[in-house]
Amino acid sequence: MATIEPSQRSPGGEPRAAVLTAAPSPKLEVRGLDVFYRGEKGGETHALQDVTVDVFPREVLALIGPSGCGKSTFLRVLNRMNDTIPGARVAGKVLLEGEDILAKDYDVVTLRRRVGMVFQRPQPFPKSIFDNVAYGLRAHGLADKREITRRVEQALGRAALWDEVKDRLDAAALGLSGGQAQRLCIARALAVEPEVLLLDEPTSAPDPIATAKLEELIAELKADLTIVIVTHSMQQAARVSQRTAFFYMGRLIEVGATKQMFTRPRETRTEDYITGRFG
Amino acid sequence: MRDASLVAATAIASAIVVGMLLVILLDVVRSGASVISGTFLTAAPSGGMQAGGVGPAIFGTAALTILMTVAVVPVGVITAIWLSEYARPDSRLARAVRLAVANLAGVPSIVFGLFGLGFFVQTIGRGLDKAAYGGVATYGKPGLIWAALTLALLTMPVVIVATEEALRAVPRDLRDASLALGATKFQTTFQVVVPQAMGGILTSAILAVSRGAGEVAPILFTGAAYFLVELPTHLNDQFMNLGYHVYVLATQSPDVDKTRPQLYGTVLVLLVLTFLLNVVAVVIRIRTRKALASARA
Ligand SMILES: Nc1ncnc2c1ncn2[C@@H]1O[C@H](COP(=O)(O)OP(=O)(O)OP(=O)(O)O)[C@@H](O)[C@H]1O
Ligand SMILES: [Mg+2]
Repeated sequence: MATIEPSQRSPGGEPRAAVLTAAPSPKLEVRGLDVFYRGEKGGETHALQDVTVDVFPREVLALIGPSGCGKSTFLRVLNRMNDTIPGARVAGKVLLEGEDILAKDYDVVTLRRRVGMVFQRPQPFPKSIFDNVAYGLRAHGLADKREITRRVEQALGRAALWDEVKDRLDAAALGLSGGQAQRLCIARALAVEPEVLLLDEPTSAPDPIATAKLEELIAELKADLTIVIVTHSMQQAARVSQRTAFFYMGRLIEVGATKQMFTRPRETRTEDYITGRFG
Repeated sequence: MRDASLVAATAIASAIVVGMLLVILLDVVRSGASVISGTFLTAAPSGGMQAGGVGPAIFGTAALTILMTVAVVPVGVITAIWLSEYARPDSRLARAVRLAVANLAGVPSIVFGLFGLGFFVQTIGRGLDKAAYGGVATYGKPGLIWAALTLALLTMPVVIVATEEALRAVPRDLRDASLALGATKFQTTFQVVVPQAMGGILTSAILAVSRGAGEVAPILFTGAAYFLVELPTHLNDQFMNLGYHVYVLATQSPDVDKTRPQLYGTVLVLLVLTFLLNVVAVVIRIRTRKALASARA
């Protein structure tokens, strides 16, 4: 397995030492991560094998790879959502600013306030549009109504949903279309202002305008937060990310600067996947 | 070919069921409708049960059903929430509770009546009297509250099972979405899971009402009265009940033939009342559903 840490890459042909001193300390450090799921017939699925990778502050890391390779699994580990899957087992280390988030006594509620996540399938709550977005804020104990309203409106605006829902904030969120629901979930996650945002195929609904807006948003957000995004679209990975990680059958095959990954990947499997996609 | 015969068999079976229901309904309506009047609905029985009406029995039945619902729904729903959301599937306590619920559902209703007499009336009620009323029989006798609690016990399994089913139908992804926002388990349960399952929870209440409203055996020894002119005004008062009144009219009257119109009238009222209670519950359920999905329109 070849993982390329930023200290090893040399963007623009700079001398290695210069990159080393310039490299900030990672936001997230994943070390030798293994994930097992309980299988159908008592066995275990080894969904992730020995994954080691860093995520740096204010960068967008794209995760690509064929269906079932473990991208969602990787994402879920980063805010301990695998805790909710009966029989799922995680080994290895994941550090958030140096702290081991996999530790048994680590407070997952606080972790999830810092590391937000938008799932592959949108799940609007059985509440109004406004209350959906306000949900996290209220859950965190924010009671100031004006502040809640301000942050809800801001989040809906950033998620490019404001114009479509501003006249029906009190309507039930279950009435939104698939793409709108997806953006609602993004707004919901943004409202609580996490430090890290995990996006699992946030633009799976085929809506080119919303997709463009979301990509704009990602570019804007990375000014102050760290983003890990799963995408099936090579073009999207190329557009939004600084680095790309390629997963294949539970292994991290290669991670590196996005430009380099798409022009001259080190691994033939990466190349096959990328070129296969581009046709 | 086999499909066709299956369809035919199903159609015949359904026709038989619907047909029987219609025959019963028609029979009740035909024989009972003639005695229904304002007086019948409000007055107490008189003239050796051959005249007057069923007013006190209607009031008693409604009060009993409402009290029962107030008692059974919160307890049943909380138990179901605990079973489905908090108890570990392999926990001994959870298994014991499930076993108890399953067994409770199979107990004949007369046994509930005897249990209510022994437990509520004679143990709790007399205990209360000793502790708070200087031994004067106040709660240590059959009364509305004990009958309602006995019925609540009878309908508890219905509420628990139906509510738990509704909670289990809430997708894990929805719970995850809430947890991923940094909500606690408690917030997730009560602000996302329970609202999502509200339709099913209300259905469980409907089922409890349908089951409980017509039961006679559990209230025989715990509070129902053979004949009362006064309406119950306190929780420990005895009360008349439509189901029990039907039984009384059918078996205890000096002249069964002469009380027959009254009997059918009472049955009709009982049917309509149960139906109305169900309608109310269904309307509440549809309302909540609409409130949840109003944007669909
Ligand atoms: N809850 C689960 N229980 C058992 N196995 C699971 C579970 N979730 C995922 N898996 C298995 O783990 C492997 C990785 O799944 P994962 O969802 O991470 O893939 P993915 O890369 O996100 O795929 P996709 O692109 O289709 O979303 C797959 O083989 C999948 O079947
Ligand atoms: Mg996935």
